[in-house]
Amino acid sequence: MSLNTDISGASLVIDVKGLTKIYGQRTVVDHFDLRVPKGAVYGFLGPNGSGKTTTLRMICGLLKPEGGSGTCLGWDVIEQSDRIKTQVGYMTQRFSLWEDLTIAENLDFVARMYGLDNRKDRVKTALKSLGLYERKNQLAGTLSGGWKQRLALSACMLHDPKLLLLDEPTAGVDPKARREFWETIHDLSDQGVTVLVSTHYMDEAVQCDFIAYIAYGKKLIDGPSGEIASKIGLSTWKVEGPGLGALSKALKSTSGVEQVARFGTSLHISGPDQAVLEAAIAPWRDHKELVWTPITSGLEEAFIHLMKEVKDNFA
Amino acid sequence: MRSGFSLARISAILTKEFIQMRRDRMTFAMMIGIPVLQLILFSFAINSDPRHLPSAIIDRDHSAFSRSVVTAFANSTYVDFVMAPQTPEEAEKAMLAGKINFIFEIPEHFGRDIARGTRPQMLIIADATDPSAASGALAAAGEIINTGLRREFSTALATLATGPPPVEVVLQRRYNPAGITQYNIIPGLLGIILTMTMTLMTAVALTRETERGTMENLLAMPARPLEVMIGKVLPYVLVGYIQIIVVLNAGRILFDIPFEGSRLLFFWISTLYIVVNLLIGFLFSTVARTQMQAMQMMVFLLLPQILLSGFMFPFRGMPGWAQAIGEVLPATHYMRLVRGIMLKGSTHSDLIADIWPLIALIVVVSALALARYRRTLD
Repeated sequence: MSLNTDISGASLVIDVKGLTKIYGQRTVVDHFDLRVPKGAVYGFLGPNGSGKTTTLRMICGLLKPEGGSGTCLGWDVIEQSDRIKTQVGYMTQRFSLWEDLTIAENLDFVARMYGLDNRKDRVKTALKSLGLYERKNQLAGTLSGGWKQRLALSACMLHDPKLLLLDEPTAGVDPKARREFWETIHDLSDQGVTVLVSTHYMDEAVQCDFIAYIAYGKKLIDGPSGEIASKIGLSTWKVEGPGLGALSKALKSTSGVEQVARFGTSLHISGPDQAVLEAAIAPWRDHKELVWTPITSGLEEAFIHLMKEVKDNFA
Repeated sequence: MRSGFSLARISAILTKEFIQMRRDRMTFAMMIGIPVLQLILFSFAINSDPRHLPSAIIDRDHSAFSRSVVTAFANSTYVDFVMAPQTPEEAEKAMLAGKINFIFEIPEHFGRDIARGTRPQMLIIADATDPSAASGALAAAGEIINTGLRREFSTALATLATGPPPVEVVLQRRYNPAGITQYNIIPGLLGIILTMTMTLMTAVALTRETERGTMENLLAMPARPLEVMIGKVLPYVLVGYIQIIVVLNAGRILFDIPFEGSRLLFFWISTLYIVVNLLIGFLFSTVARTQMQAMQMMVFLLLPQILLSGFMFPFRGMPGWAQAIGEVLPATHYMRLVRGIMLKGSTHSDLIADIWPLIALIVVVSALALARYRRTLD
């Protein structure tokens, strides 16, 4: 198996160009390019219906793209999806294990489908690390949302895949379980497993090494997660003090201010042009009780900015 | 907000139901299709007085008399003479294989005895596994003979016009001499029960996975269509065996149905039939989008299987086009096989003409199902 390499020399687990999916008249994914280096945690961000799920499904061979080409784990995404499936763990957005099978039966079925050796041991190990060994004979359908999520993750890792495709794995999961989930993801990444994860939680984006932001089936930006905001060139000021509600309303109607967002006891005010933004906030800068500090724009501001741009383009 | 009885809410629900009904094209098509299909099948295919039943004639006399009797039977349209075997054995073999319904045997010196007025015997052997198929022709036999002879020889043999019938008809009802309808119904019912339950089991096999969302998981795993098909079909073969055992024992205990033939042969052809039906169900589930649609397809296929297979009405009594459709239905062949084995004691070589269509159906239906099997979520 030979993997393509990117400029920096790291081997690419996913290298696709121009992936396009059309349903009837609607282009759901439009000329999507993606390069994911080995061992990376790569985040797909975007609003609902932006094409994240469709893209993941095309990569693992569940949907046939109308256009585009490329490789996944060194195999052709169009022609060799059978080979790709054996090395990919795909966790669906909706719980898709068998609710009328027990936890153990589900894992055993998955293990058999991948033709795993030492099946009983693997299932036992998975059950124990999952913390469900005592409840292994419980029907999967009776598990709570968080447990279903963990079971699904455990099932899609049972065959030690080289690539994990996780479709909104933390939707509807409590914060503690989410934290544990991300710890697992980073452990796997350290072991060389590549993880492609879709989410619409901004706070999860920072957990990723790389981010691609998708909206309306198009990739708007991608890159290392730390560089996204500076790439966009958005300026942000933070202001703290009393009367933020009135200030927020006033600023929103000021030209040069693109976003005003409340973060606890402070406001974040962002605009694409630093000089214009500073001019816009100038009337309030001298207010005694308000504390103004320039900050680096966060991912959330960056993505909202991107969304506004795209909407403008569509209009 | 009003909490009492509301016409507005009724009309809201009504509108929603109409919209959903219209969106579900398959249901809509079935609502139109099933009545039309039933109307056509019931009104054209049903014939309680079957004609043109294939028959064999063994004429040992070859006189003008025997020929006129044969002509009279042919003209009556009750029977079509499709073979004129030299020996009774040859004719019996054809009857065992279900190719003919009647054997007419005219003895030597038939004409001479008529002329002498010594009333020769004419043998009519009927396949009575389906009593209703045989009854019409047998009831009319005496009159047909008289009419035939009278027309030809009334001038020469005036005595024939009056007095007792010139020929004594000897009837033999084979395989079911008492004409017990259950003997015919039970084996047929076995075919219908199996086709109903087996097709239904697998018809929902894939649509259930799709509706529950587990299809996505199944497709993400490295499973080949053939593996999925065999894995989904095989468990129900056992269910089919259980049904057969239940129906056979019930038939034996309640109706004292005989079992003349080989149980091993019966087991073999039943396996073929069960597999055909399971595969048809699987094919449906590759076509249908929902379990509901799959079930509707099952009902759609069930109708002709009941009406055109020879279960409800004598197969040979149906018009040609109905028989042609019947020939491609698995139930038609299975019913002939089961009636042959249980009531006639037919053997593998007698029945080969009805065994290979089942095997051919297995091949064709599997090929179609595998071609239809969607390996993606598209």
